[in-house]
Amino acid sequence: MSTTRRTKQLAATAVAAALGVTALAGCGSSDKSDSGSGSTKSSGSKTVTLVSHDSFNASKDVLKEFTEETGYTVKVLKSGDAGVALNQEILTKGSPRGDVFFGVDNTLLSRALDSGLFTPYEAKGLDQVAAGTQLDAEHRVTPVDTGDICVNYDKKYFADKKLAPPQSFDDLAKPEYKNLLVTENAGTSSPGLGFLLGTVASYGEKGYQDYWKKLKSNGVKVVDGWEQAYNEEFSGSAGGKKAKADRPLVVSYASSPPVEVLYAKPQPAEAPTGVATGTCFRQIEFAGLLNGAKNEAGGKALLDFLISKKFQEDMPLNMFVNPVTKSAELPELFTKFGVTVDKPTTVAPDKISKNREQWVQSWSSLVVK
Amino acid sequence: MAVPVAFFALFFAYPVAAIVGRGLKVDGVWQFGRIGEVLTRPDIRDVLWFTTWQALASTALTMLIALPGAYVFARFDFPGKQLLRAVVTVPFVLPTVVVGTAFLALLGRGGFLDELWGVRLDTTVWAILLAHVFFNYAVVVRTVGGLWSQLDPRQEEAARVLGAGRFAAWRRVTLPALAPAVAAAALMVFLFTFTSFGVVQILGGPGYSTLEVEIYRQTAQLLALPTAAVLTLVQFAAVGAILAVHAWTVRRRETALKLVDPAQTARRPRGAGQWALLCGVLLTVLVLILLPLGVLVERSLDTPGGHGFDFYRALRSADAGGGTFLVPPLEAIWNSTQYALVATVIALVIGGLAAAALTRRAGRLVRGFDALLMLPLGVSAVTVGFGFLITLDKPPLDLRTSWILVPLAQALVGVPFVVRTMLPVLRAVDGRLREAAAVLGASPLRAWREVDLPLVRRALLVAAGFAFAVSLGEFGATVFIARPDRPTLPVAVARLLGRAGELNYGQAMALSTILMVVCALSLLLLERIRTDRSGEF
Repeated sequence: MSTTRRTKQLAATAVAAALGVTALAGCGSSDKSDSGSGSTKSSGSKTVTLVSHDSFNASKDVLKEFTEETGYTVKVLKSGDAGVALNQEILTKGSPRGDVFFGVDNTLLSRALDSGLFTPYEAKGLDQVAAGTQLDAEHRVTPVDTGDICVNYDKKYFADKKLAPPQSFDDLAKPEYKNLLVTENAGTSSPGLGFLLGTVASYGEKGYQDYWKKLKSNGVKVVDGWEQAYNEEFSGSAGGKKAKADRPLVVSYASSPPVEVLYAKPQPAEAPTGVATGTCFRQIEFAGLLNGAKNEAGGKALLDFLISKKFQEDMPLNMFVNPVTKSAELPELFTKFGVTVDKPTTVAPDKISKNREQWVQSWSSLVVK
Repeated sequence: MAVPVAFFALFFAYPVAAIVGRGLKVDGVWQFGRIGEVLTRPDIRDVLWFTTWQALASTALTMLIALPGAYVFARFDFPGKQLLRAVVTVPFVLPTVVVGTAFLALLGRGGFLDELWGVRLDTTVWAILLAHVFFNYAVVVRTVGGLWSQLDPRQEEAARVLGAGRFAAWRRVTLPALAPAVAAAALMVFLFTFTSFGVVQILGGPGYSTLEVEIYRQTAQLLALPTAAVLTLVQFAAVGAILAVHAWTVRRRETALKLVDPAQTARRPRGAGQWALLCGVLLTVLVLILLPLGVLVERSLDTPGGHGFDFYRALRSADAGGGTFLVPPLEAIWNSTQYALVATVIALVIGGLAAAALTRRAGRLVRGFDALLMLPLGVSAVTVGFGFLITLDKPPLDLRTSWILVPLAQALVGVPFVVRTMLPVLRAVDGRLREAAAVLGASPLRAWREVDLPLVRRALLVAAGFAFAVSLGEFGATVFIARPDRPTLPVAVARLLGRAGELNYGQAMALSTILMVVCALSLLLLERIRTDRSGEF
């Protein structure tokens, strides 16, 4: 025991000495918890820790603003995708790694609530948040953003073929769109699951299997994750073009076209991809105060901040999601290149948590095997 | 002996036991009935069957393709040999996301094979098998080739002089000396392919699932700990069986080999046969390894305005329009290098001590310990990661948010490599040399320094290279505790690939290329570190 500790220290010292460095190079925030002890400071601390999934992002300025307003510094820990990050929190329930968890979406909400992960807290400014997103009456979680999982299409392909792009779930099963769609594994990928849930919402618990049989005979291709579907198989993405991809339809997000514009040099006049607005499933992401948080006051302040106008307006360009606070305005990129999804499909969280495994299994045996 | 045992108890046995225990214990009662329940499920059976046969096939194919390579790298001299040896190791450390991309370019639609013969192998088992060869080629070339290059060719020549035929001489002299290294390499390849994760997911498509994939799904996605615990136990049993078979085949004959400086054994190929062999191996390396890597490099340079370094330049800024990172992606290189260095030091210390202990002592207990050291290779990263979460959560060992957890987890995977590479060489050191040194008045430490160290230095460097390379590309552990202000290279690549937009894709390719170069350079550097003593045996 003591020997291992000593070995570690020796090893660390040896390396540090060899490199002539001790801490991080060029890290702007003077992060003092890098001493190797790793224990966060006890209550009354000026650090509030946000645990999240890999997609969380906030601009430095906004986090600085929070520190100026409240005196708390935000430390962010990311671990894996949304499902994995949440499960890690459930596993460490009672001695959490942080104070606030961000990134429970409506497909996982019931699991999180049932496991007693969160302490109820009614955030300041909740009256400004769209009522439709507030799914927990006890306020154990606070809605932070929404996003839509939709089929994207490659504009150029359909223009060249003089074919109208599909607009609805029904369209996707039509013969003119045979062998054009690529989607993700509903068992492992969150857009894949969202798309499956969208079909369940549209065709009912009986009808969705028949719909997928049609899709299957219409040549839908299933790959493992979003990265592969979008970057390797979808002809409308940069990676897809290089890989000579031949699928002009992909299950992605409603915000993907604006992102394509943002990360192109020079910026095109219009997005290279479009959204089939009748194929969308609405995701709502929540944050909550963790049970056993070391810094509850800081956690509450952070939750208030997450639904403040400032954070909500900063969010779209960092996470490519839509704000839930009514007063928050969308950036020009979204209004100019994005679409509004009027009638996204949705499924109640408790229904999802009850049936999810069974839906995914029957989906697998229908489509994958 | 005490240090490695303590290390393994604390950072491996305890976390894994805790997570398995949580799955199998309900209200303090062990539910062993669950094992039968899970194992009789048809879907689980399919997974077990597929896992086993693809691992066997992959191992066979890898040995078939890589053993000639090991011979060529050991016995022949050709220009660019060192560089090539470093390059073939690169696939081993690339994140699978990137390898998948590269491999699809080789096997998929519009890929190399498609253009030539109209063959498409993606979403077939062949893609998985070939990718496994791509990954594990270096394991064989380095472990077997490393020893082969130090075997004294004069022993075989002596046998020939005494009347043995060419084949008989090889079979009686070289093969017995090589057997432990070949077995060790095959064992490692089998372990890697048995626990393969990303390759199967990306190249096989959702239709194929290995035990490792299933454990990940059950643990991380579904939090079905009981099922995951049973599967983990199955994996334990399988790995244990592999190790037992290995012990039985090798029978651990501790022959003292006469090792010589590799520089003396390698020479230019002579005769048509040898040239053909060399060319054949080089061609294999070209098609199987260099080509997929070349695709990545090409894509990283393929900017909208023609070929150029735009994507590389974009890596320098923290904010290319969005806030993917709090720091420029380029800093990930430095982070990765730091983690990998710490992990390498830990792995060398732990692995070196363990290998020394295993050499000095024999007996059942020690053999058990030897097997224990191999187990981390057979346990999924997600099991260890989740085990860390529920065990290392109390001061003074609340390491869940500490940076040291990353190199620790990486070292766990590195240690078996160090042990495997060091053991054959350490065992081959003639004990009488130490005795002679002792008789001449050297202290044990001095005897070790003067006798063992020069002989094992090369193995030590190879081991260090492996440990470093493994840490550099390690993705599983870093995902659990990736601090956004300190992303590692694979994490940064994954984040870039996880976003739409041409710039992100291009930067991901550029960063992968940098990862390859950093890896190749560090391996080259290790190959070059030669003190003037080592040429003196």
